[in-house]
Amino acid sequence: MIKQLSWKVGGQQGEGIDSTGEIFSTALNRLGYHLYGYRHFSSRIKGGHSNTKIRISIRPIRAVSDDLDVLVAFDQETIDLNAHELHDRGVILADAKFKPVVPEGVSARLFSVPFTKIAQDVGLAQMKNMVAVGASSALLGLPLEAFQGVIEEKFSRKGQQVVDKNMEAIQSGVDHVLKETGGMIEDLKLEPSDGKKRLYMIGNDAIALGAIAAGARLMAAYPITPSSEIMEYLIKQLSKFGGTVVQTEDEIAAISMVLGANYGGVRALTASAGPGLSLMTEAIGLAGMTETPAVIVDTQRGGPSTGLPTKQEQSDINAMLYSTHGEIPKIVIAPSTAEECFYDTIQAFNLADRYQCPVIILSDLALSLGKQTVEPLDYDRISIDRGNLITDSEGLKQLENSELFKRYEWTEDGVSSRVLPGVKNGLHHVTGVEHDEVGRPSENPLNRQRMVEKRLKKLEQGIDFEHPVHVDAEHEEADLLIVGIGSTRGVIHEGMERLQADGVTVNHLHIRQLLPFPAETVKKEMAKAKKVVVVENNATGQLASQLKLHVGMADKISHVGKYDGNPFLPSEIYNQCKELLVHGHV
Amino acid sequence: MATFKEFRNKVKPNWCPGCGDFSVLAAMQRAFANQGLEPEDVTLVSGIGCSGRISGYMNAYGFHGIHGRALPIAQGLKLANRDLTVVAAGGDGDGFAIGMSHTIHAIRRNVDITYIVMDNQVYGLTKGQTSPRSEMGFKTKSTPKGAIEATIAPLEMALTAGAGFVAQAFSSDLKQMTRLIEEGLNHKGFSLINVYSPCVTYNKINTYDWFKENLTNLEQDESYDPSDRMMAMQKLMENNGLVTGLIYQNKERKSYEEMISGFREEPLAKQDLKLPKEDFDQLVAEFA
Ligand SMILES: Cc1ncc(C[n+]2csc(CCOP(=O)(O)OP(=O)(O)O)c2C)c(N)n1
Ligand code: SF4
Ligand SMILES: [Mg+2]
Repeated sequence: MIKQLSWKVGGQQGEGIDSTGEIFSTALNRLGYHLYGYRHFSSRIKGGHSNTKIRISIRPIRAVSDDLDVLVAFDQETIDLNAHELHDRGVILADAKFKPVVPEGVSARLFSVPFTKIAQDVGLAQMKNMVAVGASSALLGLPLEAFQGVIEEKFSRKGQQVVDKNMEAIQSGVDHVLKETGGMIEDLKLEPSDGKKRLYMIGNDAIALGAIAAGARLMAAYPITPSSEIMEYLIKQLSKFGGTVVQTEDEIAAISMVLGANYGGVRALTASAGPGLSLMTEAIGLAGMTETPAVIVDTQRGGPSTGLPTKQEQSDINAMLYSTHGEIPKIVIAPSTAEECFYDTIQAFNLADRYQCPVIILSDLALSLGKQTVEPLDYDRISIDRGNLITDSEGLKQLENSELFKRYEWTEDGVSSRVLPGVKNGLHHVTGVEHDEVGRPSENPLNRQRMVEKRLKKLEQGIDFEHPVHVDAEHEEADLLIVGIGSTRGVIHEGMERLQADGVTVNHLHIRQLLPFPAETVKKEMAKAKKVVVVENNATGQLASQLKLHVGMADKISHVGKYDGNPFLPSEIYNQCKELLVHGHV
Repeated sequence: MATFKEFRNKVKPNWCPGCGDFSVLAAMQRAFANQGLEPEDVTLVSGIGCSGRISGYMNAYGFHGIHGRALPIAQGLKLANRDLTVVAAGGDGDGFAIGMSHTIHAIRRNVDITYIVMDNQVYGLTKGQTSPRSEMGFKTKSTPKGAIEATIAPLEMALTAGAGFVAQAFSSDLKQMTRLIEEGLNHKGFSLINVYSPCVTYNKINTYDWFKENLTNLEQDESYDPSDRMMAMQKLMENNGLVTGLIYQNKERKSYEEMISGFREEPLAKQDLKLPKEDFDQLVAEFA
């Protein structure tokens, strides 16, 4: 019995690959396995090779594996493109219909199963996916009951007969494999899981759910990969809570609408990827200048320009830190797991209200779309803090004679009271032009200086973000510190484990708060290590530059970049770090 | 009840003496007062330009944003708090050049706000360049040999975009402008009021006198029916857009807010943010 394995299903895009993966993984999740699913898709909608790879384990995992145990193929192309990932004991389950052949040099075992034929015998060719699900679960030794509930939920709308037919298709898949292999393939049987209840979700769903939990009731956005799921989820759910999603004409409208909404007192967000964020920059500056809260999600993908729209990259770091003209207070946080996507989004809204500034949630394609196991989300951890907000006229001093409320009053910490439009005795102006304490335009040099300082002061003492870094550092003195951000959390962890097995002492630091940069904490961790390697999905080492800028120690920092569109594999982390330790450079 | 004077503040406008925007400010103040509004009931969202400064001269809530984006800001605000009277205002460059797509889409979307364009057919604030509203041949700093691009026809465009309320005013007729603004405020849905608001400094062609000579007041034409879209289009085309009055109104069209499913009467900004435990459990169950 094995503790973990990788399973992949592939075929033509639009052929039901996603739903095959979904049914299989939902059942596995309910059985209590830890999962990580990563979809490979192209920018085409129909046609073109598409696959979903799911890693199944009895312990937490958050990375794509190096190799593959089971490949389910609905066409020869799937085999040709993916069979090289299979290790020697790997298995190909292929539809007998296309007369599958194993490419040269691949020593995996091929079982051709008449997926289509069996499905037709049961009643409908489309159910070939279910036959494949059954065939797979026979190999892994999964109990069939695990699928009953999943199938019922998915098909009960279509009637009991459809449910029964689908279960029959799964059963036939199981039977066929058991008969054909005759128990030959014992080495793929999975150890039983702990059976605990957990969630299985993509980062984007967790962000969207976090937004609802935070009380966000308005989203304005323009569709773009890989952020659209956030919008789609909220379109589905927000109306139940009285809120709505506006699909705007462009991202400039989206962010501007979000500013108007936040100014009006509702928690509002927008989400996009690099191209959209580029369009938003002027308005993000307006949020900073007018001290208007706003939550903005950037799901990074391959840039620049249209770049690689459906591929992984982490190359917006500099843009998110620096892209607005002028100097504004801005917060950038970076969740690294789907669970953190949920809690961080709630915190993002609190930070935006508390510091009255834009907050960017920096995600990346692998985090936003990678599907992962999440421990049950804790309702009691949802807290709402609206900061210094005045929602009614109670306690406000009467304004005489076109006098105005000091919306931008100079205070110790730079944060002033924010009063919502509509409130009596709260009248003030808001403008992107430099202004005085009541919001009237002013070019007075002294006022200008004080206002710049007031705005920046809000974040200078650091912010109240719960987890500015994730640290996994058991060694007081380490050979190596690996630093990462975003979705690389799991793969770095695995690379680290392999290095530790070789006797290397390794610590892992994940940056969760990019701006303001938690320099002291990072410095402390860096000081413990002889060498520091920054792992990031970009070419220029944008995160490494932040370390050098804020902490120094430049001579011990190296950078491992990957920018071919794919997430890091554990072996790549391992090999590159080995290289560094042996040769002193990557 | 507030009088129009209570919508004045102590800031002295930095508009040139004679600028058409003074009348627009005065007409808005009168319209708000006539409608029984208090200063805190109104938020004026403005763009960037000489015209955009208007929110700073009004004793009401004001949001002076960035060039061309008054409309999305105003729509976001209205969706956040549907109890507010939200008015957007800006120049012809703001609304018909950099912000043109927001104008068209705000018309399509039909959020219940009023949009007042101070159309002087030139860029005032940046000291006299051509605007999409400049006439062909109009000489400016940026078109020393005369503008060679066609003039945009915003009202015809509004009609084709599905506008429910289209009107045009002229800075010299304060009474008519005030009334049109009031009608716009009362219209349920998006209302567009284009105002010929002469720039006395950079537009020596389209002057007060020129407008007096060339404008046709539709209200003096008894046969004119503002509920007839075809007639509206025809009148605009016949007169090259040089008309004043209520040009078109469709009282049947529902506003965006009325069309959103599940959108409540109670403003979003006033709703309880806390997610009930049962709802949370239900949402989470989808991922189990
Ligand atoms: C993004 C951006 N581009 C350019 C400008 C410079 N700018 C300010 S106002 C303006 C045009 C003003 O013309 P209009 O909107 O007609 O207003 P008016 O001054 O005539 O009232 C321009 C180009 C700016 N503020 N922002
Ligand atoms: S430049 Fe023209 S638009 Fe600007 S204030 Fe002067 S007259 Fe008015
Ligand atoms: Mg103008």
